[in-house]
Amino acid sequence: MVHTTPIIGMVVKNPLYFSNRGGLGQGATVVSFASFQHHGAPSSMSLDRADIEKIAHLARLAVSEEDIPRYARELSNILDLVEQMSNVDTAGVAPMAHPMEAAQRLRTDEVTELDQRERFQANAPQVEAGLYLVPKVIE
Amino acid sequence: MEWETVIGLEIHAQLATKSKIFSGASTAYGAPPNTQACAVDLGLPGVLPVLNKDAVRMAVKLGLATGAKIAPRSVFARKNYFYPDLPKGYQISQYELPVVEHGHMDIELEDGSSKTIGITRAHLEEDAGKSLHEDFHGLTGVDLNRAGTPLLEVVSEPDLRSAKEAVAYMKKLHSLVRYLEICDGNMQEGSFRCDANVSVRPKGSDKLGTRCEIKNLNSFRFVERAINYEIERQIDLIEGGGKVVQETRLYDADKDETRSMRSKEEAMDYRYFPDPDLLPLEIEQAFISEVQRTLPELPDEKKERFAYEYGLSPYEAAVLTGSRELADYYEAVIQTANGEAKLAANWVLGELSGAINKSGLDITQSPVSPALLGGMLNRITDNTISGKIAKTVFEAMWNGEGDADAVIDKRGLKQVTDSGAIEKVIDDVMAANPGQLADYRAGKDKLFGFFVGQVMKLSQGKANPAQVNALLKKKLNG
Repeated sequence: MVHTTPIIGMVVKNPLYFSNRGGLGQGATVVSFASFQHHGAPSSMSLDRADIEKIAHLARLAVSEEDIPRYARELSNILDLVEQMSNVDTAGVAPMAHPMEAAQRLRTDEVTELDQRERFQANAPQVEAGLYLVPKVIE
Repeated sequence: MEWETVIGLEIHAQLATKSKIFSGASTAYGAPPNTQACAVDLGLPGVLPVLNKDAVRMAVKLGLATGAKIAPRSVFARKNYFYPDLPKGYQISQYELPVVEHGHMDIELEDGSSKTIGITRAHLEEDAGKSLHEDFHGLTGVDLNRAGTPLLEVVSEPDLRSAKEAVAYMKKLHSLVRYLEICDGNMQEGSFRCDANVSVRPKGSDKLGTRCEIKNLNSFRFVERAINYEIERQIDLIEGGGKVVQETRLYDADKDETRSMRSKEEAMDYRYFPDPDLLPLEIEQAFISEVQRTLPELPDEKKERFAYEYGLSPYEAAVLTGSRELADYYEAVIQTANGEAKLAANWVLGELSGAINKSGLDITQSPVSPALLGGMLNRITDNTISGKIAKTVFEAMWNGEGDADAVIDKRGLKQVTDSGAIEKVIDDVMAANPGQLADYRAGKDKLFGFFVGQVMKLSQGKANPAQVNALLKKKLNG
């Protein structure tokens, strides 16, 4: 299953998606997948096998070998759909950072959360000495 | 070939808020694991981050103190990567639109000159939790108490040219965040840590060499040693016909070397994008003005005032204002010591700093309080004790023997100012050293010092030195 998050990530590459009144700076490329850059021309954004493998790896998704061509095709279609918006003249339009036209509300610096470790850890597969245990990771 | 080093630092300062940057969980250090990790910090479904106003206030404070531009509008972005101490799978940070940009700070170089270092940007972000790799049956333990602690990442321009300059910059920023009271600066607890970007290039070249990033340096000493090691390594590599590979490296303090952590090919692709959970941060001029009014006297301003108001040398003023605590201590001493600023400076920089360094204590933990030291200085200025005896009194106060008056009284250290008593001692010394006396009178002036020494010794250091000098001169000359 492809989760939708990486797709959103790709779409964001097109500045128009966020374009409106905001202030993200001119022509901001908010997300850039390094692997896209060799595709050059903005009119066609077809993804190849390597792109799919990389995106899947970055999102820690297992994609089966036989599904790769289909994902490449379908994801490329989505990119092409969005790519149409490149034809709109957005000069002078500052990209938006959020679809809502509002500013962040701020919270007073107060400790309001009490310790609920027991309840949270009841959901964890394995805990010890107050720690969440996970498969060994050493970088 | 002659080489030039180019260094830029990224410094992470944990902000001294009570609660986390996006949740109401406590940021206090040292709590039992996961007792300060709430649903937001754990990244549980359905939660939303809400930005802490004081974290913003502190970022603005640093911006104002470094002459930077405060962005009227900045944006939070997700930095995506997988690691168990980052439960959401992304860190909330700022990417293209940070809250602070284009600041600068002056550092003092060893030759006494100063140099301006650019601050590219400072942005707000959340800290990650901690992974403990000790053996939990082959598993890793995760403590998320630190997850969500506010960080201000301060990025310098690549303006630094040596490990010494890098340390001077880091110390200056460390002092500044403590002056501003936005970070406790505790490096052992990781409140203030540094990544260093280091490259070398042939002297005179204006093209940057390939850089390596050394991660997670948490002491001034390690920063200096890691950078110096890295400079050597890169120069050796290039002079041996090799090439520097852009990579992330770790400093191993035990072996005093850096080693590769990951190369650029394996570098993370963070896929930054604006966090849809957070609206843009808008900062109004009124808020900035309000923060401006809370700014304390900054280190450079204080240094200049100390030099001017107290008649100190630039060096003395720089050392005394090196930390807000030391400067406060010094000014408290002056207050007790009736404005004897120069004398107070000598003692704070001399005996006191020596004792502090030797004991490994912090100035705020000094057993000799400013009132105690100031009180003792008063006994010097009113001639109750000499400067030399004062060292004995200081040591006794340091060891908890009470205030100066108590020590002087108990140990009988009161200076002898009675001319008759001093003359009696001088007579004894002259009688005991007839040979030296004859030599002196035959023109060997240098022996004067010998007689002063003998008189002081016989009086156990208690004779008033000025009186000794005067009376001795009179008597020796017959």
